[in-house]
Amino acid sequence: MTPTQHKQPLFSWQILLAALGDTFLKLAPRQQWKNPVMFVVYTGSLLTTGLWLWGLFNGGDDSASFMLGVTFWLWFTVLFANFAESVAEGRSKAQAAALRSAKRDIVAKKLDEPRYNAPYVKVTSPALRKGDLVLIEAGDFVPADGEVIEGVASVDESAITGESAPVIRESGGDFSSVTGGTRVLSDWLMVRVTANPGEAFLDRMIAMVESATRQKTPNEIALTILLVALTLIFLLTTVTLLPFSIYSVETAKSGTPVSITVLVALLVCLIPTTIGGLLSAIGVAGIGRMMQKNVIATSGRAIEAAGDVDVLLLDKTGTITLGNRQASAFLPIGEITEKELADTAQLATLADETPEGRSIIILAKQKFNIRERKIHELGATFIAFSAQTRMSGVNIGERQIRKGAADAIRRFVEAQHAKFPPEAMRLADIVARHGSTPLLVADGGRVLGVIELKDTVKGGIKERFGELRRMGIKTIMITGDNRLTAAAIAAEAGVDDFLAEATPEAKLKLIREQQAEGRLVAMTGDGTNDAPALAQADVAVAMNSGTQAAKEAGNMVDLDSNPTKLIEIVETGKQMLMTRGALTTFSLANDLAKYFAIVPAAFASTYPALGALNIMRLDSPSSAILSAVIFNALIIVALIPLALKGVKYRPQNAEALLRNNLLIYGGGGVIVPFVGIKLIDLGLTALSF
Amino acid sequence: MTENGLLQITLYLAALLLLAKPLGLYMAKVYENRPLFLTRLLGPLEAGLYRFSGVDPEQDMRWQDYAAALLWFNLFSGLAVFFLQILQAWLPLNPQHLANVSFDSAFNTAVSFATNTNWQGYSGETTMSYLTQMLGLGVQNFVSAATGMAVLIALVRGFQRTHAAGIGNFWTDLTRGVLYILLPLSFVFALVLVGQGVVQTFKPYQSIPLVEQVSSAATAPAEQTTQTIAIGPAASQIAIKQLGTNGGGFFNANSAHPFENPTPLSNFLEMLAILLIPAALCHTFGAMVGNPRQGWAILAAMTMVFVSLLFVTWGSEQSGNPALASLGVEQSVSVNQAGGNMEGKETRFGIVNSAIWATATGAASNGSVNSMHDSYTPLGGMIPMWLIQLGEVIFGGVGSGLYGMLVFALVAVFVAGLMIGRTPEYLGKKIEAFEMKMASIIILIPAFLILGGTALAVIVDAGKSAIANPGAHGFSEILYAFSSAAGNNGSAFAGLGANTPFYNTALGISMLAGRYGIIIPVLAIAGSLAAKKTVPTTIGTLPTDTPLFAMLLIGTVLLVGALTFVPALALGPVIEHLIMNGTH
Repeated sequence: MTPTQHKQPLFSWQILLAALGDTFLKLAPRQQWKNPVMFVVYTGSLLTTGLWLWGLFNGGDDSASFMLGVTFWLWFTVLFANFAESVAEGRSKAQAAALRSAKRDIVAKKLDEPRYNAPYVKVTSPALRKGDLVLIEAGDFVPADGEVIEGVASVDESAITGESAPVIRESGGDFSSVTGGTRVLSDWLMVRVTANPGEAFLDRMIAMVESATRQKTPNEIALTILLVALTLIFLLTTVTLLPFSIYSVETAKSGTPVSITVLVALLVCLIPTTIGGLLSAIGVAGIGRMMQKNVIATSGRAIEAAGDVDVLLLDKTGTITLGNRQASAFLPIGEITEKELADTAQLATLADETPEGRSIIILAKQKFNIRERKIHELGATFIAFSAQTRMSGVNIGERQIRKGAADAIRRFVEAQHAKFPPEAMRLADIVARHGSTPLLVADGGRVLGVIELKDTVKGGIKERFGELRRMGIKTIMITGDNRLTAAAIAAEAGVDDFLAEATPEAKLKLIREQQAEGRLVAMTGDGTNDAPALAQADVAVAMNSGTQAAKEAGNMVDLDSNPTKLIEIVETGKQMLMTRGALTTFSLANDLAKYFAIVPAAFASTYPALGALNIMRLDSPSSAILSAVIFNALIIVALIPLALKGVKYRPQNAEALLRNNLLIYGGGGVIVPFVGIKLIDLGLTALSF
Repeated sequence: MTENGLLQITLYLAALLLLAKPLGLYMAKVYENRPLFLTRLLGPLEAGLYRFSGVDPEQDMRWQDYAAALLWFNLFSGLAVFFLQILQAWLPLNPQHLANVSFDSAFNTAVSFATNTNWQGYSGETTMSYLTQMLGLGVQNFVSAATGMAVLIALVRGFQRTHAAGIGNFWTDLTRGVLYILLPLSFVFALVLVGQGVVQTFKPYQSIPLVEQVSSAATAPAEQTTQTIAIGPAASQIAIKQLGTNGGGFFNANSAHPFENPTPLSNFLEMLAILLIPAALCHTFGAMVGNPRQGWAILAAMTMVFVSLLFVTWGSEQSGNPALASLGVEQSVSVNQAGGNMEGKETRFGIVNSAIWATATGAASNGSVNSMHDSYTPLGGMIPMWLIQLGEVIFGGVGSGLYGMLVFALVAVFVAGLMIGRTPEYLGKKIEAFEMKMASIIILIPAFLILGGTALAVIVDAGKSAIANPGAHGFSEILYAFSSAAGNNGSAFAGLGANTPFYNTALGISMLAGRYGIIIPVLAIAGSLAAKKTVPTTIGTLPTDTPLFAMLLIGTVLLVGALTFVPALALGPVIEHLIMNGTH
């Protein structure tokens, strides 16, 4: 899908080394406090460290080597969680650094007045303010975000998009915005600066990447509440075990009450440290994964919303179809020959530089070898396409040749008091019903025939929509075509619904209707007229090639300007939520095995009969508890890759998805610790700890 | 396990599930204010009540107003019961001239009946006058049950409504619940019970000459020639105590007493009444949210947990005590005896009917008993206790069981919803931070009360001195008492002498916090849900009306219940079981 991506391995040595340093810096209490679950582990580690030191001199309530072992591994639990977060942040920081390298002080040619050869002064880019005019010539860097007001140039935007092929930027239309840090390769541009220093697109991108860890998304907050509640429950369970144990010792008249070290170990094993330790890494990695797909989200919230999308609005042109409508046939009416039609059509198209126009000339040449004529040699005047007439053509002397949509030509013909042949209308309908666009050609009051413009649906798009349907997402195609054409393309592409003859107002209305029914709507857009709809949509992806207004209105920017990317964005959003859910389930399911390891061990001296619950046949009470703590720490490290890569997502319905994930992460979460703790216990016993 | 036992359990479940549906649909009509057969009869009375008390039945309350109305009403109810008890010696309908109740016991009982717990630190026949029983306790049996149902209905409205500010009207929900559901059912049921021989009279206790005169240390040197038989207006109270998951017996022996539960038929009907309304409310829920399958999924989850745990209790009781077996005591089933562990059980009920009752009363937060749980085998006794600790959500109290279960459903949906890659939703409502906060409080409060209360009781002398059986069993008795109070169940491991200022106060506080500490956040959730938009269902939505969801819900309830209470249970029933079986 994407031509080039910021390919990045999951780990690189630089990132790992930098993360290692950060791991220790994050031991500051201020940092730990941000993550309530890990803060409990942190406090527990401090407590057991204190107990061990106290025990060294005064004799503690458990053996010194056991206390040291538990303390050691509790600290590792904290460090592993720090490490996970640092690695995720490190990856994002590397991406931010790459972005920042594109941002440096650039000498700009600030114009005094909006004229190409007006005098200019050289200033550095931070001195530029909104509204300033600058001239950028071949080889110059673009000093700031801006709007092209004059000129056409090819621009190298690889610094922000990673895409090496240059893009065209020109005044007017949807390709008029330039981004600071990119470079003009040929020609020149006159640009009006649209952002003050520090507010530019690049600045916002960098800020976004760097602040990724600081803002929690709504769902993350809700999950944190649940994790805190679970932590409190386990705190209650372990704290009350002390009086319970004292009472049991009193009444059974054997053994000693459970030691604080064992209680802390039990607490840390039970609280959801796996998800607690990896939660922020998952969030950071989600934004990182978006960046790898060359999508910059303005907030983590937007990514989360992407997972919930119910409706995708997709522009037909460029997203569903290849977007270059090509003339495919000349369909004459009455006694007019195909060649006559081709000849007149070519004349009408001579000055038309659009790809569609070119394709008519090429088809005429291919079929009837009609040479290209020069418009000024014919003494003809070119009639440009306008939104009012919705026709274009030429006037050669008295002769008025026009091509355009059926109703436009009808109006044109009837205006000359001629009869509009019903056959033309019928033919146009047939063409439209095939999903092609009919263009009628008229010479004065006489309709000659229809040019069929064919648009090709992208390969594989139907399968993509099928996947979306299985995920429960409805696709709606947006097109300016008439209903018949739209229906035919919609059927061919396999979209669920379409909006034909779409105007910006109709688009906005459609989004509002869907939202009123409670649906979450995603769309892509690039033009200024898309901006209101982008602002209204819940997930709005602006194309980087689009206008500044579109980018401002959206909450994500696709650097590749690839509208199909919306599908990948949805998947990434879902993946992030799934990873959280999977690790939470896994973390909770783990507790079962830990109870079987620790409960019999903790009360072995009071109630030896509880040994019946030691179904793993762990060697001794101390090795059982230590094994559980070690497993608890190591599982965090083992799951870092999963947290960063995300749970695998396959498009299927909710029920099947849930069944699979419950089986893998719930079932696996029950079994894995039994095996892991047993193996660690065997290892400890072999080392005769 | 016997064929006869299986047959009785099947019969019980079949009758329960058959009756639940029509009753559930009827209750949905009651709360949706649709015309009923009874409206013609009781409609004028209902309207008169509103006029008399100045209630505007059309008023739609915000959740805060709903909660305030509920709390004021319950406070008033509690105070009424409290004063009736401490003044009963001077009030009418006290043929036995029973004394005024002590302040701490009166506080405990007032709280107990207002919160639908019906923990009884006293013995009814020697403490409460007929007036206190009927006007105090009997009335509370109705209104505390109707309060629970009202909260449930308010929560269901939260799911039903979109962008709404209100969640209904507490006064009408309360009145309609009593008038159209509890009163008619109790009226019919009480008549049936009287037909079976349950007493219903204002006569004073009867002195009956003994067939065989006895002398004992207590009567020495004179011989005892008569016995006082306690009677009273019992049937009317028994009907509602079973139907309203109240459980507070007229007599101290509760439904083990032949005047409360004389025949196998009365026993069957009383057991049925324990679970009837809680099961039926699942259908009410399904009907009100417009998808009966939603109700079925929850009912299925409840039934599956209930049946599995019933088999544990039954199996454990039927297999008896290995320590007795080694003494040569015959514990096998035969034509002449029920076999198994018959200590504390009535011979006319046997093992199966005691096990069904014990499991049902633990599940449903009813708390009535027909056998003594303290005498159960360790595992047999652990099941009712664990059912309470699960949060009283397996059927649970009328209303309170289902609203608790729906909160667990929110938690299940939250974690599972994430696993399918969407922010979680239940019945079209997004589950967000506020709902999770309230759900957390709802799960934390009982855990805190049970574990914290038990911890306190086992370290202070006032707590430990009440234990009749030291050791692990004594620990179970305390754990059971706090579970019962916090879960608003009301049954007891009888070994604990709980009518002391320490337990009356500690358990009273547990009952209060265990009831209103949950009702308030539940109403808050209702308010928050009602204000949200309703998201349409797609195939990308987690379906909550499927067997998979029922399993998920079971898993969530059992996991939370197990993770919270396993260590405590290990030091009580589990170790007792291991020691009894001699596994060293």
